[in-house]
Amino acid sequence: MYQLINTVLIGITSGAIYSLMAIALVLVWRSARVVNFAQAGQALLSTYIGYEFIQKFHSFWVALFLSMLVGAAVGAIIDSSFMRILFRRAGHGPIANVAPIIATLGLLGLIRALLGLVVGGKDVRINPPVSNVGYTVAGHTMAFSPLQLVIVISVLLLMLVLSLIFQRTNVGLALRASAYSPEIARLAGVRVDGMRTLGWALAGAAGAAAGLLQTPNGTGVLSPDSLEFSLLLVFGFIAAVIGGLESLVGAVVGGMVLGLVLAFVLTYVSGSVVFITAFGLLIAVLLVKPTGLVGKRGGRRA
Amino acid sequence: MTLVVSDLSVDHGAIRAIDAISFRIEEGQMAAVIGANGAGKTTLLRALSGLTHASAGSATWHGHELLYSKAEKLVRLGVSHVAEGKSVIPELTVGENLLLGSLWRRNAEEARATQEKVLETFPRLSERLSQPADTLSGGERAMLSIGRALMSKPQMLLMDEPSLGLAPLIVEQIFQSIRELSKLMGLTVILVEQNAMSALKIADVGIVLNLGRIVAMNSAQQLIFDPLVRAAYLGY
Amino acid sequence: MRKFAGSYFGRLTFFILFGFVLFLASNRVDELRVYQGASVAMYVVAIASLILLTGYSGQVSLGHGALMAIGGYAAALSRNHWGAPFWLCFVVAIVATALAGSVLGTAAARLSGPYLAGSTLALAVGLPSIANQFHILGGEQGLLFDIGAPPAALGADFTEYKWLFWISAVAALIAMWWLQNILRSRFGRTWRAVRSNEVAAQLAGIHVGKSKTLAFTVSSGLAGLAGAMLAMTISTVSPSAFPLTLSFAVLTGAVLSGVTTLSGVMIGALILVATPDIADAISSRFASSENVTTNLPGLLVSALLILVVMLVPNGPVEQMRTLRNRKRAKALR
Repeated sequence: MYQLINTVLIGITSGAIYSLMAIALVLVWRSARVVNFAQAGQALLSTYIGYEFIQKFHSFWVALFLSMLVGAAVGAIIDSSFMRILFRRAGHGPIANVAPIIATLGLLGLIRALLGLVVGGKDVRINPPVSNVGYTVAGHTMAFSPLQLVIVISVLLLMLVLSLIFQRTNVGLALRASAYSPEIARLAGVRVDGMRTLGWALAGAAGAAAGLLQTPNGTGVLSPDSLEFSLLLVFGFIAAVIGGLESLVGAVVGGMVLGLVLAFVLTYVSGSVVFITAFGLLIAVLLVKPTGLVGKRGGRRA
Repeated sequence: MTLVVSDLSVDHGAIRAIDAISFRIEEGQMAAVIGANGAGKTTLLRALSGLTHASAGSATWHGHELLYSKAEKLVRLGVSHVAEGKSVIPELTVGENLLLGSLWRRNAEEARATQEKVLETFPRLSERLSQPADTLSGGERAMLSIGRALMSKPQMLLMDEPSLGLAPLIVEQIFQSIRELSKLMGLTVILVEQNAMSALKIADVGIVLNLGRIVAMNSAQQLIFDPLVRAAYLGY
Repeated sequence: MRKFAGSYFGRLTFFILFGFVLFLASNRVDELRVYQGASVAMYVVAIASLILLTGYSGQVSLGHGALMAIGGYAAALSRNHWGAPFWLCFVVAIVATALAGSVLGTAAARLSGPYLAGSTLALAVGLPSIANQFHILGGEQGLLFDIGAPPAALGADFTEYKWLFWISAVAALIAMWWLQNILRSRFGRTWRAVRSNEVAAQLAGIHVGKSKTLAFTVSSGLAGLAGAMLAMTISTVSPSAFPLTLSFAVLTGAVLSGVTTLSGVMIGALILVATPDIADAISSRFASSENVTTNLPGLLVSALLILVVMLVPNGPVEQMRTLRNRKRAKALR
């Protein structure tokens, strides 16, 4: 019984973090029709900067906020300088479909190598801001600590704020219109380029949050070539695809589904099949229901 | 205050879609642009609204150069383009589609006033404000796309085939409201149409395009009775 | 002459002559260069397999490193368990990876660009680490893949590196020759038709899904061969021999060579092999920290990848051709 509950709790926490990464991917996909593989690099960069802020201000929360701002700025810069030029130069021709994918991947490599040059060689630790010792219920230590509670709450809060922005504000309306139909949005006077950059910025902030929350929840150690961030990217992508790649709610649902499935596989089957399960889930969703579990209207595939 | 287009050329790759055309439209006039498929009608509108980049020439209006500018900037100058195929965003609600057109104005009060006027013109829309736009019928979509353009407080309206795919009766209604609106608000209208007869009936002037060139430009009345135009475009 | 160069025997002659030149060259340069020659041959095959997939069939793979890992492990297993001769190991590697590729390709054929990219990326991240979990694959240590000393008939001063280079060069030449032929065949035309317009190809009676699956299978087979070649040159297979950066490197090589044509394939391979040397030269001149040495090659490769995608998206060879055509068109005017 306790094992079952613990498995669910583990699934929810890791699912929450996958959701954040999925949200970041969805935001860029919606606004630019690009799956941003550089997101892992951006998150890593923001997390390092977050670490510096922690050293400076001695507050995890101040650091989280500031690193989200930095993450947003990095995202905005990538779009407004780099991607804009890319689309102008390689937006047509035989390579047009592949160019943005290759470019974001190159960016991922570039960010990692640069980080390696600057901070590589020495491991950096980020300590959990609140206790990561599980709550005790009736003498049993649960796999759910204050830290994990904070993570889940942060993710839900972020999703709520983003959803409110998208559904209730004028900027959100402009963002949605630009995503659905850039040309009509332009004819209505929406600055679509700016909206795309804003999408990248929001995604950068979400990615930064994912990185800075994931690190103390995992090993706590940060390194430029960490497999953790590659896996975060991959699981975030899988979560986003499960959710249909279009909706924020879908991203969270996808993240939770993936987190729970993997937690159960890990507890009841074996750690060696976790990745195969995730990959199988990805392929199954893509083949059976490409619009995702939450996707409503079909046909919006690139 | 007139729209003066001179030597406008637009290329699609190696193909010259618009070939050095010149014309002028007085303020408050309604011009119908007719011609066969591939004559360059849509390209002309897209160049004037900033969606397509012109290769050469100029188009001045209110002292502004319309070509070589971005669509979202031209909207702020009062140019509204209703693109081909009912330019509404199906994922948004009717209300959101309307609101979208007035976002750049940053004045909620004014926008609300405009919306009331639009809903007065198209009362069918007011019953459906919170419905997704993809639940609308073809005629309602046409109304919504015109309504959205009006929300941008335009002084010049570029309309691309509003009659496409609509029943004749509804076409009549839509054209009638376009006519009324333009007179009421003093709009300059450029109406691109396959449906040449209906367009010429409500327009002040007519422009006949063929293979990217103007082959005839005259008052709409005269064009209707021009034997060549009748034979080529009106079908009788 | 032109006609001959384009014909079947013309190409065969060209490849044989090229092989002979390589053979002469291998006797004249030092051991390190010979070893690097083997790496170039490996990258040529790997890059060609990705160009076939992306440039000719319009699918993108970010996970060619994973496919290469399958080839490498297949080769090592067949050597260690059955004592197969090296050439048979290569054949096993090709067949095993092509089989895996045909399964993946069936799924891949139904995925569009970004989805396929993400899925193959997932594969590249996850597959090598799976090797850690299974005893038969040797865990983190991996497996030995030793093809043995060169045959005595080649003489006493015939070094092991030269032997590796010979095998790699011949394998690469055969692979490229075969690939040239298949691209000029019905299959090649089908792939190009699908790449340029899927709907039109379908209307012309081409089975798009089958064509894509076949391209993925052939590409996987070649990637498997490259994996076996890689395993041979470093004489082991282990998860760390097929990291994510290998997939990136192959992709970079393909972009540098120009993904739309096979003719530039040497460019990418040479740059990839030369990069660590260049990075070494730079880091020994300016700084000597270990950090710089380990990260500079990755930095150069990524920067190059980004620059090429932005500046010459279709690759240098295609760019030259376009320029030449433009000049010719101008001259005609």
